[in-house]
Amino acid sequence: MRRPLLLLASLVLLGLAAFWYVTRPDPLPPRAMAGLTGDPQHGKLVFWAGGCASCHAAKGATGADRLKLGGGRALVTAFGTFHVPNISPDPKDGIGDWTLQNFGNALLRGLRPDGAHLYPAFPYSSYNKMTHQDVADLWAFLRTLPPVAQPDKPHDLRFPFNIRRLVGGYDFLFVSKAWVVTGDLTPQQIRGRYLAEAVVHCGQCHTPRNALGGMERSRWLAGAPNPDGEGRIPNITPAHLKWSSTDIEAFLTTGLTPDYDSAGGQMADVVQNLAHLPKSDIAAITAYLKKVPPVK
Amino acid sequence: MKFLKPAIIAAAILGAGGAMASPYDHAIEARQGLMDNLAFNLGILGGMAKGAMPYDATEAKSAADNLVTLSALNIGAYWPKGSDDEALKGDKLKTHALPAIWAKEGEFMGHYKALHEATLKMQIAAATGREGIQGAIGDVGKACGACHKAFRAPE
Repeated sequence: MRRPLLLLASLVLLGLAAFWYVTRPDPLPPRAMAGLTGDPQHGKLVFWAGGCASCHAAKGATGADRLKLGGGRALVTAFGTFHVPNISPDPKDGIGDWTLQNFGNALLRGLRPDGAHLYPAFPYSSYNKMTHQDVADLWAFLRTLPPVAQPDKPHDLRFPFNIRRLVGGYDFLFVSKAWVVTGDLTPQQIRGRYLAEAVVHCGQCHTPRNALGGMERSRWLAGAPNPDGEGRIPNITPAHLKWSSTDIEAFLTTGLTPDYDSAGGQMADVVQNLAHLPKSDIAAITAYLKKVPPVK
Repeated sequence: MKFLKPAIIAAAILGAGGAMASPYDHAIEARQGLMDNLAFNLGILGGMAKGAMPYDATEAKSAADNLVTLSALNIGAYWPKGSDDEALKGDKLKTHALPAIWAKEGEFMGHYKALHEATLKMQIAAATGREGIQGAIGDVGKACGACHKAFRAPE
């Protein structure tokens, strides 16, 4: 009688240990960001490339209001409603009391300063491939922005998605620091890959997801349902996007398609953000898109 | 058999009439035509900006002048109340116009005014050469995108 009980008890223990191990937060080493000095000028470019304002500024904000990052937008998803947090330098409602190390843990590891997991609605699954220097530069720029006094609203998620610890399991299964597009790349394509896969996070909308919300890396950029309403986000692999490099570059700088229709929806926002980048970066993203494996 | 022919023609006319269900069809066709006209002229300037066609001062001027004229039209009647994509769901003639256009009419008209201002800058720039067009086309595209982002439903 005692043997099976013992076996069961050890199995349960083993299971708990595995759960604990798999879902545990994995923060940066304590001095990972030490010695880095952020350059706010360059951080501004990282800010626009990263599209921070698209979620963290108020809905419909234009001009200088796009630099007021008080959050407050509601993202309605299959898992529940996420309320975008305040990332302005306000010490009480925003992230004014964070350190660079805290900020690095958020972007590179998807963790809050207290060590709890952030939800992947925040695209750390892309940002985790950013260079530490870009993270430091972005942090330096964010510190220059106006503080916004506006407290965060807690997320409103369905069970079991309201258990933050489980996000560790999501990270274990779906979050990778590996590049999707590999092989022989020119320096320009490597720059484009860095921008597209890490900073601009194109895949977050353009790549389809599985039932648990993990990106299907084998169908990278092959199009997906619109996370923000009706319609579809298009397939932008070379199997579908047959525009010339000149046309892609023109689209990414003006928002105008080769038929002289214009980007709508969130892409109009992305084009506005990308307008801040140098031409060479737009050309790099274009060169990368041409290198993405075609998916029907 | 002879009497059948007029009957068939009559039925065909009635049938076509039945397909033209909404009283807004003309307005929808007109505004989509207006968008096509904008795109056509923008395409000439865009082609020059991209280097897909050589810069030609006369053609550039014509296209830019047309954009200025088109964006100065009184467009209120093109978007009659009730001609949005929700009210006309399932209608034969497809519109992507969101109901928000009528909820925020001032903002909507403001976007068209912004387009006009961008085309005025284009008119000056288009006379200066290919690089001038390259510099001015971004703002025109931005004006298009800003309005589409707020007021056009995704495909």
